[in-house]
Amino acid sequence: MADFTMPSLGADMDEGTLVEWLVGPGDTVTKGDVVAVVETAKSTIEVECFDSGTVGALLVEPGTTVPVGTRMAVIDSGAEPPAPAPAPAPAPAKATAPTSELQTAPGHATTPTRDAVSTPLVRHLAEQKGIDLSSVHGSGKGGRITRSDVEHTPAERPHRVKASPLARRLALSSGVDLSALRGTGRGGTIRAEDVRAATAAPASRTVESREAARPPSATAEPAYPARAAIAALMSRANRDIPHYYLSTTIDLAVAMAWMRDRNASRPVAERLVPAALLLKSVALAARQVPELNGYWKEEAFVPSPAVRLGVAVSLRGGGLVAPALANADTMPLPELMATLKGLVSRARSGRLRASETADPTLTVTNLGDQGVEAVFGVIYPPQVALVGLGRVTERPVAVDGMLTVHPTVTATLAADHRASDGATGARLLTAIDRLLQRPEEL
Amino acid sequence: MNRDEALVLIKEVLTDVVPGADAAALAPDENFRDNLEMDSLDFLNFIEALSERTGLALPESDYPALNTLDGCADYVTSRTSVK
Repeated sequence: MADFTMPSLGADMDEGTLVEWLVGPGDTVTKGDVVAVVETAKSTIEVECFDSGTVGALLVEPGTTVPVGTRMAVIDSGAEPPAPAPAPAPAPAKATAPTSELQTAPGHATTPTRDAVSTPLVRHLAEQKGIDLSSVHGSGKGGRITRSDVEHTPAERPHRVKASPLARRLALSSGVDLSALRGTGRGGTIRAEDVRAATAAPASRTVESREAARPPSATAEPAYPARAAIAALMSRANRDIPHYYLSTTIDLAVAMAWMRDRNASRPVAERLVPAALLLKSVALAARQVPELNGYWKEEAFVPSPAVRLGVAVSLRGGGLVAPALANADTMPLPELMATLKGLVSRARSGRLRASETADPTLTVTNLGDQGVEAVFGVIYPPQVALVGLGRVTERPVAVDGMLTVHPTVTATLAADHRASDGATGARLLTAIDRLLQRPEEL
Repeated sequence: MNRDEALVLIKEVLTDVVPGADAAALAPDENFRDNLEMDSLDFLNFIEALSERTGLALPESDYPALNTLDGCADYVTSRTSVK
């Protein structure tokens, strides 16, 4: 027996809202499976389970906000799976129901229009693959569609519903079936307004969510929860952390030439972008200057043995998340590039995994393509440093006493004066510069 | 592929890569990377999808020609009708 609890998805998280269960009682889960979707103040995150076994009781209903550490489900790691889940309760549960109330099949509460023969996990899988479940033959008990039925069904390629990320989030939190909506955007893309219109219709409104209750212009308002969460965290950082700032301009001629050369012989899918080289060099530099890689805890600096590089990703429509690239220092460059692509796209579609949000040890903010030369950031507590990277731009540089034009980048460091001083910070920036002069070793 | 077909395809790819993008509102000679606030990863996704749909290799040295709808359409039209 194991408990599945509300995880801490970042240093600043106290509570989270369960958006959806992707499993139901009786489902078999393996460690690492995504079992629930949780919304924090900053984003929607897919949460994996840390145990293998059979899902027992689900203790928290979708729509409920609970503190970190709250028991949300029981996972039975014993051999015998319990009897199949009883028929789902027809009445959808209210979001405000007490958390102690046991629910047998909460997944159905969010999408009452779907048939009862598929579990949320299966539906999720089908949605990801763009498969219409009504066309899948169920091989499980009573015609139940199992995970392997879906896995063995070829995806119908362009069937995936076209919807904006905000629309997806709204649909998810308000229990609207996207595939049943008609999009009014370009090419039939479903926009947030379409989802709101659907939630306004009483018949399809099942779970009252914070998103749905928000006025249409929510993203533009200062009350946007992500903005409030960022504001609170950054105010704390500015108040508590004595920052110092350093800046240096790095010549990227060698690195860019190497990258261009390498990319020329590769298909698009294997090409690198400058950000990948920059991130890798920061990660390696962090290993060389461990005084800046770790946490400030209880009046002391605690270095981290591993480098988990936080990557600040700006979200369309506002907001910011900083998921972590685990082992960025030891990961080969092509893998880092692939991971980065996945991380950014999942961050923007509100589909980050819990394991990707767990405490970074050093964050990089890369405003690379937005045209600024340098960015001086605010440290993300409890970290002690933040590296800012500006745009890769052509600048005049002196080489061997001659003036020439090279691609360059301005790297900055904001660091915590309680944990280090300028000389240490300078070593980090110098290390980044040195590493970028030997791109083939990254 | 003729130019009109190419344009339709390019707009489709853009809307796939940047959800909610209004490709119809883009001026033909406007830099859509700027207009749609695409970062280098978004642009790479666009190039990847365009390469997949057209079968063209789209080398990095040709990226500067692929910033506008006109540029993309000319590029795709000229390369796909040669054979």
